[in-house]
Amino acid sequence: MDEIIKIENVSKIYKTGTTKVEAVRKLNLSVKKGEFIAIMGPSGSGKSTSMNLIGSLDLPTEGKIFLDGKDISHLNESALSQIRGKKIGFIFQQFNLIPNLTAKENVALPMLFQGISSKKREKRASELLKMLGLKERMNSYPNQLSGGEQQRVAIARALANDPEVILADEPTGNLDSKNGKIVLDFLKSLNKKGKTIILVTHDQNLAKYAEKIFWLRDGKIEKVTSNKK
Amino acid sequence: MILDYLILSFKNLKRRGVRSWLTLLGIFIGITLVVSLVSLGNSLQLAVMSQFGVSSTQVITVQAGGVGYTPPGSGVVKYLTSEDAREIEKLDLVEVAIPRNIETVKLQFNRKTRLVAAASIPEGEKRKYIYQLLDLTAEKGRLLEKEDSKKIILGYNFFDKDKNGFDKKIVPGKSVLINGRKFKVVGIIEKKGSFILDNVICVGDDDLKELAGYGDEVDLIVVKVKDKDLMNKAKDEIENLLRKRRDVKKGEEDFTVQTPQSLLETVNKVLGGVNVFVIILASISIVVGAIGIANTMTTSILERKREIGIMKAIGARNKDIFLQFFIEAGILGLIGGVFGAIAGTILGYFGAMELNKLMNIFARPEISFSLLFLAIMSSFFIGSIAGVIPAMRAAKQNPVECLRG
Repeated sequence: MDEIIKIENVSKIYKTGTTKVEAVRKLNLSVKKGEFIAIMGPSGSGKSTSMNLIGSLDLPTEGKIFLDGKDISHLNESALSQIRGKKIGFIFQQFNLIPNLTAKENVALPMLFQGISSKKREKRASELLKMLGLKERMNSYPNQLSGGEQQRVAIARALANDPEVILADEPTGNLDSKNGKIVLDFLKSLNKKGKTIILVTHDQNLAKYAEKIFWLRDGKIEKVTSNKK
Repeated sequence: MILDYLILSFKNLKRRGVRSWLTLLGIFIGITLVVSLVSLGNSLQLAVMSQFGVSSTQVITVQAGGVGYTPPGSGVVKYLTSEDAREIEKLDLVEVAIPRNIETVKLQFNRKTRLVAAASIPEGEKRKYIYQLLDLTAEKGRLLEKEDSKKIILGYNFFDKDKNGFDKKIVPGKSVLINGRKFKVVGIIEKKGSFILDNVICVGDDDLKELAGYGDEVDLIVVKVKDKDLMNKAKDEIENLLRKRRDVKKGEEDFTVQTPQSLLETVNKVLGGVNVFVIILASISIVVGAIGIANTMTTSILERKREIGIMKAIGARNKDIFLQFFIEAGILGLIGGVFGAIAGTILGYFGAMELNKLMNIFARPEISFSLLFLAIMSSFFIGSIAGVIPAMRAAKQNPVECLRG
């Protein structure tokens, strides 16, 4: 019962003109609260589609997706956005900060969409940025920050609404090894504090941080391995 | 909440390129045209009113002669009489009727002689009425009082030695000769901006009668109506009365009864033609402006697709995205409107100044804040209307596709 995400027989079919592409086929996957899992696979394996489905950015063509026990496969877009903003924090390979907003404003933005007052937003954004060692960079714009700093701002933003799940898509793909390690260590420490972490990657070196690895190939789970120490 | 979106929109606009700002030209030009024309029109109306020497809206002017604006005292066929004035004053709607005469007299000062217009100022209690009706105050010295005799007051231009033709300014206390008789100047009338009032000399009725010998004849009768809402009714009554007294049929009047409204109607007719033209021009540029805003917003959505995807990923609902783009378009319009309103006010101001020089009048430039408010609000409205469809498109974007870039 302590499953935070459960995917049941999910298929996703993309139509381009007359051709149909089945990106994900009869996928079954479940993630328990507090787990650190990795989804591994080469490009074209359905990795991105799975991530979009898990992150409720996309809806399945078939099957059901449960987020914290609630079936979200039939929700409308606005309801989905609301849940997504509250329960899931995204970290992307390209950082994806809003260029017109300062670090602090970027971190505060998810809270705006949850209707949190500006005073509280500001306080929490400052706390998070301090926690990530960005106290001096709060009022900098993304283009004034280094890649490592930008990704840390993105992590702070992902944590803004205190979500249960952090979904990281190749979070170190655009970083050097030193900054990559900082990010992964931070994810690990978040996991220790009870957050569920889902890491999507093609890099086996990253996957070793996870307790459990789902190996994807041709839109299906090929195998599941565990890294229990 | 809305305030947060306003701030977000401002931040986005701040970083926009020159291209976006250029699309505002349409709204800018449209609002500039509307604001400048309307304020110029207002000033012009006021100027025309003062040109006819009428500042009160409760005044009806009665003149002998047919239809048309013949200058007082010229080409008059059958004079009005002071008896006519007394009868008009007996009408229920009339508060007071003042007979007035305007004569050409010889004015001598500083050993020079000029022909000038002399207007009569009624004797006794009615003096204060005429000052009130013509909105006359003394710039220097004082106005004629009840018991003044052999004294005069002068229009403002007599105080100006370059304009009065005597090479020396005439100040209160000086004496002048009118048709060879000595009069003492007691005051200079405040500048009115009206050619008539600024160049006239005002003489008491009894004195002027003696000088010009018009006896019982009256050039015009100035009527003050009790209630300004009953101007037209009063006009009809006066016309009826005079038709009877002068024994003429309706439509063949040998006199004219004018209300300020009828003066304004003529002015408005001319302005109306210009208005239609400018409104068409302004509408075209505003429509072009609105299309410009819709266009720049659509481009902006394509450029910011990724941003929309991110916002949706971090919890923005369709409504949130819509609002942001909608407000942004509104602000674009608003900015065009604010600059247009400023430019229009400046243009209207200098337009009024030029008009003054050209027509030798005094049109006070009018700044109407309600007009500015309306212009600015409607430009915000136009901008946001232009933004509705782009904002709807933005809101409907699929987050996955947006994030793919």
